[in-house]
Amino acid sequence: MQETIKIKPGNSWLNLDLKDLWIYRELLYFMTWRDVKIRYKQTTIGVFWAVLQPVLTTAIFTIIFSSFARFDSINVPYPLFALSGILVWLYVNTSITMASNSLIGNTNLVTKIYFPRLIVPIAATLSGLIDLLFGIFLLVLLMLYYGVNLTWQIIFAPVFVLLAILLTLAFGTLFSAVNVRFRDVKFALPFALQIWMFLSPVFYPLEILSEKWQAFFALNPLTGILQGFRASLFGTPFDWFSISLSVALTFILFMLALLVFKRMEDDFADLI
Amino acid sequence: MTTVIKVENLSKVYKLGGANHNSLRDALASFVRKPFAGRKKEELHALKNVSFEVKEGETLGIIGNNGAGKSTLLKILSRITKPTTGVVELCGRVGSLLEVGTGFHSELSGRENMYLNGAILGMKRTEIENKFDEIVAFSEIEKFLDTPVKHYSSGMYMRLAFAVAAHLEPEILIVDEVLAVGDHAFQKKCLNKMQDVSQSGRTVLFVSHDMSAISRICNRAIALSGGKIVLEGDSADVTREYLSTSWGMNAEKIYENASNAPESEFVRLKKARIINEQGETRGSHDIRNRIGIEITYEVLQSGKILLPNYQVYNEGRVHLFTIQDVSKEWKPREKEKGEYVSVGWIPGNLMAEGNFFVNIAVVTHLPTTIVHFHVREVVSFDVTDPMTGDTARGDFGGKMDGAVRPLVDWETRIVK
Repeated sequence: MQETIKIKPGNSWLNLDLKDLWIYRELLYFMTWRDVKIRYKQTTIGVFWAVLQPVLTTAIFTIIFSSFARFDSINVPYPLFALSGILVWLYVNTSITMASNSLIGNTNLVTKIYFPRLIVPIAATLSGLIDLLFGIFLLVLLMLYYGVNLTWQIIFAPVFVLLAILLTLAFGTLFSAVNVRFRDVKFALPFALQIWMFLSPVFYPLEILSEKWQAFFALNPLTGILQGFRASLFGTPFDWFSISLSVALTFILFMLALLVFKRMEDDFADLI
Repeated sequence: MTTVIKVENLSKVYKLGGANHNSLRDALASFVRKPFAGRKKEELHALKNVSFEVKEGETLGIIGNNGAGKSTLLKILSRITKPTTGVVELCGRVGSLLEVGTGFHSELSGRENMYLNGAILGMKRTEIENKFDEIVAFSEIEKFLDTPVKHYSSGMYMRLAFAVAAHLEPEILIVDEVLAVGDHAFQKKCLNKMQDVSQSGRTVLFVSHDMSAISRICNRAIALSGGKIVLEGDSADVTREYLSTSWGMNAEKIYENASNAPESEFVRLKKARIINEQGETRGSHDIRNRIGIEITYEVLQSGKILLPNYQVYNEGRVHLFTIQDVSKEWKPREKEKGEYVSVGWIPGNLMAEGNFFVNIAVVTHLPTTIVHFHVREVVSFDVTDPMTGDTARGDFGGKMDGAVRPLVDWETRIVK
């Protein structure tokens, strides 16, 4: 049987066309693979960049916070605490940036051929996982070095990585679409991301804040993700309040981003 | 036969203006204002109520000048952009080639790009794997398969890109002017491939400036002008009719209102037009025929030598040449008050194919040079080569470069 395609003006809010995304899954694979492949082309140290960034950042934070401020509430060595947060943060940060510029960076594709546009920011988000993978390898080495005892909680670590991916996808797709129309995104985003990092427990423990502020900081979906990721790695107790809030917020943001993207998608070729 | 493409009342309006044109604030503002005042927005109607049908196995050619709406139509049919109004129904898998090598990445090797490009065009990985050898053979780049394409020559790049595209096997194939690239032998190969596709019973939509390619490959054609279908029917008829009229070209300009006509105290322009040898206004010309640029002007004051002066530009706005009245009769002679008509004839077999624009001036050279008026792009025309073999093109069927295409005399002697 032949499929019939109907092209009509207008776009409905509820038509997410996820079936189309499934049909084009091979393209998603090839686009991700392309992004991974060209990521470190024409660089001299190549994939080493993926390791250098978290290592240096961790080193700097360790030097600063072991001389000036001491976080007594952490029951793991500070370098481990910092690296685990930095890895997640670097992934979120880089991938949102890459995804946001992905559509305008693929103008030739968007104006010349049809495919589900969602593939572009999704591929950009997924290709960043390669860096995270190297980072996690590093983290494992460091955990072995400090002799961290794993608990059953480790099985939840991938769940929090998945949540981080979902959150990244949400912001990445949203900003990629908005960026097509408003190039302001390009300038506002680095600044916003920087502020976001300071508002997230990346290099400091949430416990240094008063209880009231801790609850407020939990409204940041990244807070629960970072807390949960560390708890599953180091066997510390889960903070169910921030985790459940973060799960709920991530899903809401993700759906919202999809809706906005779908709503704006039809005009990409005319505006880009 | 079943209808596979059905286009009904298709229109596309582009809103021109700043980046914030579609902001929420603007949208609200226009919503409030609309019922009260007919606020004029800058809009471009790229397509106006276009309707047509294509049956299974048909090859439909789409012709038209730049800006006639061809690209917009193709973009809608390829699902790249949505129509403003109207509906399109497509039955079957659609493959569209609006550009050769879409998504090629210069850092990736030829082999890698084959897979990537194939996926972008909608091919499955197994499909590409099955046709791998065939594609490589078609592209003639076996040796460089693992070289990044940034080291390819443009010819190699095009060959590889077209090879992938040519092996796409959709039920409906939409092709833009991708054939205007590559060397001649390769173009021929591409045209043949397209003919194969249409003969295998698949439906093809083909857009081109090349009338001979349209009439050769397509059985039916439509001509667009100003976003509307102006001609429809058998491809040979449509191309012939299209060439004999002046769709889209501005072959005549009449200054009805004396107040905004180009003028000086001595002379005023009334009319300009492009004519054929029979004196009829024509926007399209056969490359072999003489083309006349005619102006009608009124001399307001006697006593000046007034000479028409035309500058001809091509599509790339390259100034090809300037012609002015150097006839024995009028070059030294002052014009009396009255109305005059002057024609400058461009010889046949001189212009290249394409669209041309004419600037019109009236000047005086003696005793001192005065430019009475000088108007840019008053009239325009296009020139096509009928591919009959008796032009400078000879038997060459591809895209010929060069700003002019004179038919010159040749002498060849056997000297030994």
